[in-house]
This record gives sequence, C-alpha cells and structure tokens, in this order.
Amino acid sequence: MNQRQKQFIKRKKSCPFSSPNSPKIDYKDVRLLQRYISEKGKIIPSRITAVSAKKQRELTIAIKRARYLALLPYVVNE
Amino acid sequence: MQLYESVVIARQDISVTQAEALADDLSKILEDNGAKVLKRENWGLRGLAYRIKKNRKGHYLLFNIEGEPNAISDYERRMRIMEQVLRYLTIRVEEHNEDDSIIISNRGKTSSQADSNNAESEIKQNTEKHEENKDVSKADLSPPKGENQ
Repeated sequence: MNQRQKQFIKRKKSCPFSSPNSPKIDYKDVRLLQRYISEKGKIIPSRITAVSAKKQRELTIAIKRARYLALLPYVVNE
Repeated sequence: MQLYESVVIARQDISVTQAEALADDLSKILEDNGAKVLKRENWGLRGLAYRIKKNRKGHYLLFNIEGEPNAISDYERRMRIMEQVLRYLTIRVEEHNEDDSIIISNRGKTSSQADSNNAESEIKQNTEKHEENKDVSKADLSPPKGENQ
C-alpha cells in the first residue's frame, strides 16, 4: 500500500450518542447542542458528525426546542 | 397523571423578586387545578439568542409538573394573557431529572476559573474532533480527483 492510498483510508466513525455512557440529548444542554450547529446556526448533517439516524432525529427536535426558547439562534448574521 | 416539563421566559424589565412572584403565581395556578409542582428552577436573567418583542434578555423559569392535561391547558391559557410572559414551552416527559438542570450546573462551572479552563479545553477538543470529521469528508471526496491527475 503506497503513501497515497494510506491517506484515503476511511477512518471508522462511531455515533457520539449511542454508547452506554454517552450524554443524553436535552434541549436545555446548549453547550452540547452547539457542537451540532454550523457557524450560521444550521444543523450539521449526520454524515459529517457521524450521529446515528435515530439520535439525529432526537437531536433535531432538541435543537428546534432550544431555538424556540432563544437558547440557540435560528440564524447568525455577520 | 402525566409528567411535564415547562420553561417560561419572562420579560427583561421585571425584577428578580417579580420573576419569583410570577413563578409563585404560575405554580399556584397549577396547584389550583390539581397539579403538583415537583421542582422549580430560576435560571435568572439570561441573554436571548435573538430578540423577542424587543427584549434582548429574559428571566427563565423551569417547572417540573405532575398533573392532568386540563391543568396544563389552563396554565398555558393564563400565560398567554400575562404580559410578563414572553414565551413558554411545555413538553411531556417520560421521567423527571431530579438533579439541577444542565443550565444551572454549567453556570456553576464557569464561575470558578479552574473549571472554566477545563471547559475551554473541552471545547478545543471538540473543535478538533469536528475538524477531523471535516478531513474525513474531504478525504472521501478527493480520491476521484487523484485518479484524474
């Protein structure tokens, strides 16, 4: 295997919420949710964050609740 | 009997004691309707992520409630009438968390310096992780380019 090929090996990603001691998704946990929104305030797709489909659905609901309560922004304009 | 969790945002120009009085009023409304307030939290005056009715800050109140749905609908109806209440969110939950909610426990951390350093390093680690993830997505895209060269 040459150097070039080594560069493109897919690293295994695992869901950050699916292990038994992983954090619970809660709309009040702003610090946790902030990692899953972009600088513009958009929800980051799970193919980038490696969150499982089931947890991504929970996460989406939590982010939308946090937005409604003005804990997270809907949009960030700079 | 169902379990509910409710967050209420009150206007910025009321005082802390008025916010407490509002919390008293709201729990009284609930108790009059036969619901129990199991836990009450006041997160204090927090900045809002965006302006709501020209308010940049708001008093956040949290209630853990056990009661019937009609108590909740009356409580929400009364809040829609109150001028001090900017917004409320009531959700049904499977179980209540007995400890202080994350907002309160995080605030305790940032007040002491040693812990805030920890928090910073935690954030750094997370951003690193995030960058790593970005790299992976780039790596996924780049092989076809390499073949063309």
